[in-house]
Amino acid sequence: MSSLEIKNLHVSTGDKEIVKGVTLAINTGEIHAVMGPNGAGKSTMAKAIAGHPDYTITQGDVLLDGKSILEMESDERARAGIFLAFQYPSEIPGVSIANFLRAAIQARMSEGEEIDASGFYKRLYQKMDLLKIERTFTSRAVNEGFSGGEKKRTEILQMAMLEPRFALMDETDSGLDIDALRVVADGVNSLRGPSLGILLITHYQRLLGYIVPDFVHVMIDGCIVKSGDKTLALELESRGYDWVKKEFANA
Amino acid sequence: MAVAAPARPAAADLLGVFTPEVFAAHLASQAALPSWWLERKRSAYSRFESLPMPRRTDESWRFSNIAGINLGGFSPAADAPAPGNRRAPEALAIAPAATLSFLNGRLSASTPLPADLAARGVVASAISGAIARHPGLLREHFMAQPQKLGSAKFAALHEAFIQDGAFILIPRGVEIDGPIVVVHEVSGAGAAVFPHTLVIAEDNARATVVDHFVSADLSRQFACGANDLYAGHGAKIAYAAAQCWSPEALSLQFNSTVVRRNARVQSLNLHLGGRQARHESLSQLQAPGGFSEMLAITIASGSMECDQRTLQIHQAPSTKSDLLYKNALLDRSRTIFSGLIIVDPDAQKTDAYQSNRNLMLSDEAESNSLPGLEIQANDVRCTHGATSSRIDPEQEFYLKSRGIPQKAADELLIFGFFEEVLNRLESEELHAALRKLIRAHLRR
Repeated sequence: MSSLEIKNLHVSTGDKEIVKGVTLAINTGEIHAVMGPNGAGKSTMAKAIAGHPDYTITQGDVLLDGKSILEMESDERARAGIFLAFQYPSEIPGVSIANFLRAAIQARMSEGEEIDASGFYKRLYQKMDLLKIERTFTSRAVNEGFSGGEKKRTEILQMAMLEPRFALMDETDSGLDIDALRVVADGVNSLRGPSLGILLITHYQRLLGYIVPDFVHVMIDGCIVKSGDKTLALELESRGYDWVKKEFANA
Repeated sequence: MAVAAPARPAAADLLGVFTPEVFAAHLASQAALPSWWLERKRSAYSRFESLPMPRRTDESWRFSNIAGINLGGFSPAADAPAPGNRRAPEALAIAPAATLSFLNGRLSASTPLPADLAARGVVASAISGAIARHPGLLREHFMAQPQKLGSAKFAALHEAFIQDGAFILIPRGVEIDGPIVVVHEVSGAGAAVFPHTLVIAEDNARATVVDHFVSADLSRQFACGANDLYAGHGAKIAYAAAQCWSPEALSLQFNSTVVRRNARVQSLNLHLGGRQARHESLSQLQAPGGFSEMLAITIASGSMECDQRTLQIHQAPSTKSDLLYKNALLDRSRTIFSGLIIVDPDAQKTDAYQSNRNLMLSDEAESNSLPGLEIQANDVRCTHGATSSRIDPEQEFYLKSRGIPQKAADELLIFGFFEEVLNRLESEELHAALRKLIRAHLRR
């Protein structure tokens, strides 16, 4: 079993502190949902953990199996097993999905070791079928001209191919209609298992009806203000965030 | 070996050893060739002597490093390659229909055309052999077009000192699938070579020709080359050139493309080598339905200067030209792109594009773009544009977040940038072969 520990994490962009001391521990095999209103710092936390250069960790630590990852470049963090599923994945003109994934897998191999091309395509097609992605997509440029649903499915495809230990899924449900949401959720559920831990960031309870979390955390103004099990998500759905804010203010 | 050049070289030094005595010696070595050819060389040499050196104030040399066009220390390449730090140049990974290899301007190896093509009159031979056999075609097409882009003096030098080159003739109606590959290799410090490839596709003929320019060692060399492409009515030429000269080379290359009725020429120039590499490309669209597609990819690194000058002349109605030049600039490199579209008064329904895009990978690199239009017809569609951009940090983070290291991520993004050009190639094999050259170059 692996663990990802977020300890008293403070994150700033420019002069502005966005994340103000989050502590959270995830083990492989678990799904943690982080819910909260816009601007609570959920996405910032995920990007900072993945090593986005625009975000500075000013205090605290992130430990992967007890070892800090903060000195690692973003690509090293990825190879160590951390995967960020982007809310707004970049379009990369001229780089095909197949070449992109090959480069990502090649980066995980030792010097001089070469990808087995037929094995690679076999696996890729298998995952694509699962996510209902047409096979012609392999030669399309990464995310270029993709619909919202296609982009999100492509994120899950990458996750399936790269087999991370921890996936940070940033608003994977945003911009999806109900059919696309189901496909994406089925994809995530198929990856669920003892060797993967997931941090699922979302606004809405809707996604959690398809991907049932083990834990639910509420993040407001850069802090986790309440944690519970899946019933907390339902409570938030019916009562909104205000009561949690009040409860936190009173505490 | 090159003599150290003075800070401000005199004109005589700039011309190096291309003196009347050296020319006379060269001519003597060519004495076996027909007299009309030698006469052409004499007249070319006197043009070379009389034309002025380019000046900083010449519009066609704007932004160029004129001091770098210093011919001091060069001399016509010797027959036998000098021994020394020879490197094995990366070969093109393609299965050719025929090959011609020139070493220091002399035919050194060849693989003949398949018998059926030879029987149908296809020729892929040395120019030296074609002078006697095809004098009419050489007179008509060899260096026959005007030099409009600034290097008339050096084109004359090329014609005066040309040792040999490739003569490729595809007769009327003959179509060839596999490419004809011409390798021009230079060896030895201070060697000057004058590579030439002449492609004549007669009416409704079709062929692919690839020039591969390589240096056998990393020394300072001078390549003063030319290629003439002629596409007769309905003919189709796909031409690609991979310029992989030594990083110390001075390269001047002149292209002329003539496109007749309903003919189509696609040319792609890949520039990887040279300390200073200038490429002039002239497309003349002479009859309705003609189409010239002009493509280029440059990777400028170190302190390289890549200087590209282009001219698309629409001389007849309903002609099309489409230029896409992409440069990736690293280190302290410089690029210059100066392109002009001319539409003659009666060339109505012209469709002309010109686009120069620069990817800046270093703060110290510099790109210069001078796009231009001269339109004298009123019913035309012409667009031109130039852009300069950096790698998008969000794209870079996206790639890195998948575990791809910085260098490999940048390489992917550079390939992504060039893909729009490489995608225009019909031949998958050629596409893959050029990608391989680019990758090897980036990973040096």
